Amino acid sequence: MIPFDFEYYKPSSISEAVELHRQLDEAGKKPVYYSGGTEIITLSRLNLFYTEAVIDIKGIPECCLCEKEGTRLHLGAGLPLAEIERADYFPLLTVTSKDIADNTARMKITLGGNVCSELIYREAILPFLLSDSQVVTAGASGEVSRPVNEFFNKEIVLEKGEFLVRFITEERFLRAPYFHTKRRKQWNTGYPLITVAALQEEGKTRTAYSGLSPFPFRSRIMEESLNRDNTPLRRKAEQAVNNIPHEIISDSEGSAEYRKFVLKNVLMDVMTRMGRRGPE
Amino acid sequence: MTGRAAHFHINGEEYNIYIRNADTLLYVIRGKTGFTGAKPGCLNGDCGACTVIVNGWPVKSCLMLAVEAEGEEIITAEGLHGSEIQKAFVKYFAFQCGYCTPGYIMNCQTLITQYPEADRNKIKEWLDSNICRCTSYEEIEQALYSVLRQHR
Ligand code: FES
Ligand code: FES
Repeated sequence: MIPFDFEYYKPSSISEAVELHRQLDEAGKKPVYYSGGTEIITLSRLNLFYTEAVIDIKGIPECCLCEKEGTRLHLGAGLPLAEIERADYFPLLTVTSKDIADNTARMKITLGGNVCSELIYREAILPFLLSDSQVVTAGASGEVSRPVNEFFNKEIVLEKGEFLVRFITEERFLRAPYFHTKRRKQWNTGYPLITVAALQEEGKTRTAYSGLSPFPFRSRIMEESLNRDNTPLRRKAEQAVNNIPHEIISDSEGSAEYRKFVLKNVLMDVMTRMGRRGPE
Repeated sequence: MTGRAAHFHINGEEYNIYIRNADTLLYVIRGKTGFTGAKPGCLNGDCGACTVIVNGWPVKSCLMLAVEAEGEEIITAEGLHGSEIQKAFVKYFAFQCGYCTPGYIMNCQTLITQYPEADRNKIKEWLDSNICRCTSYEEIEQALYSVLRQHR
């Protein structure tokens, strides 16, 4: 049982949502945008989260878009992950999504909710980082479109009252060769040790990581190591691991050293699957 | 306003119920309609004991606010009325204490309806959403397969 009360609003337009947020904030109600709501519900029950007003974005048509228009795919922040999997427009996103939580939970967890989560994993962002997607957000200054790496750089960059509306991805990335793997310490369920997503563009392999550092990221320096010509596979993977640009997590799932060891092997798998082994 | 009278369709019947916006669907179904098929387990989205069907898809009712389900078509275990999967659970003895059973049955029922041709991977993916502490997993799988076979 959630031990406090809140107001609930389900606006049907972006401008209505933004205006509601402004008013509720002025009234000191600590409003939050609500998408799938799974994290808000579970943290609230434990008294780890508090709000006096939620603004459900699932009534806003732009947040529920799941369609191709010309050469661009639009995926709304309010779409349940399971719906994105069923539509299967972006195969790398489909396989990445299928490894998040479980099938029934993904009927409720949304794209926006996963990306904006407080948890370190947020794997749904990985395919968008790899495909140079655009992100549309809305706030006091209206709707804004910007590259995903300006929206997500270690942290989500959102101003007060601003929210994630949708992602836009170019079609050529939807058809690109891809690979995704999630390694757990043991068994097939539970939090991952590391997740690696890879996409090939113009003969080069791009890679993005979750569970390795306190936030998901894509690293150009690691990609340079992996795409170096005339370098043996093992050496490429070692160089990439030596070039991890962020702090590596050490926790009960695995030490930093163990994560590096697992990652090296995963990267060798990635490059083999992508057909970029290099000389022996 | 932090609560109000809301309208629900549950198991083919109409209900006008006063809810808090902060109430989960699980809490409202169990506490205010008397349908106790959905079970409170972890209350955290992990176990699947609270699974109900909303608009044809399984939902963990501890992860949904009741206000989100207003006007939607909700089915609990009581709404199945002796379905094939319920009979198969009995035939294959797919439970011991039975606490997880309604959640599994709602999940299996949806799989059978949405994907009668489901392959092994899909079946595994779907069954992974629930936990049985008595570990009746083998029997649950057998019960589900027996119904899927009849549909092929
Ligand atoms: S009680 Fe809802 S998933 Fe456990
Ligand atoms: S039969 Fe006891 S928890 Fe499943």
